[in-house]
Amino acid sequence: FWMGSSSSGSAAGGAGAADPQLQRFIEVETQKQRFQQLVHQMTELCWEKCMDKPGPKLDSRAETCFVNCVERFIDTSQFILNRLEQTQKSKSAFSESLSD
Amino acid sequence: MESGFGSDFGSAGGAGGKLDAGLIMEQVKVQIAVANAQELLQRMTDKCFRKCIGKPGGSLDNSEQKCIAMCMDRYMDAWNTVSRAYNSRLQRERANM
Repeated sequence: FWMGSSSSGSAAGGAGAADPQLQRFIEVETQKQRFQQLVHQMTELCWEKCMDKPGPKLDSRAETCFVNCVERFIDTSQFILNRLEQTQKSKSAFSESLSD
Repeated sequence: MESGFGSDFGSAGGAGGKLDAGLIMEQVKVQIAVANAQELLQRMTDKCFRKCIGKPGGSLDNSEQKCIAMCMDRYMDAWNTVSRAYNSRLQRERANM
């Protein structure tokens, strides 16, 4: 969604491969976008968990909840990846025969 | 790690006729910023509608409008808090690598 414009597409097509500056730019912006997307996603999720009725300011309890929410979300993500990796390893004989 | 803001990348194509990569990069940054603003607005509208509007009436009454206004500010506070917390976590992860 982030690069709808075709002008950057044609620029990357011709110049991207040869132009390290453009390449670098694309890498940096992609990384920034991944960050932004996660912030959007976590704000949405944590709002549901941490916000009751919107008041005149964000009280310290809600603020703490948001911080915890972010940390636990990342923990969850890492946990899932780690466990998936473990279950893949224990099934390695099976998956090796599949990849033949 | 570069911040990437401003014109770290100036005009790459100085010679006449060459594609101005610097200009394209600036334009892409603007498009990205616009897209992010739209995303924020969309989610904020969704959340604040849910929080503030009960049974939809014939118009938005005063209490609903006040609620929406507060909700917008709180959503921005939340967004900033999440952004800071996530950034801190990322830096901590990098420091531990």
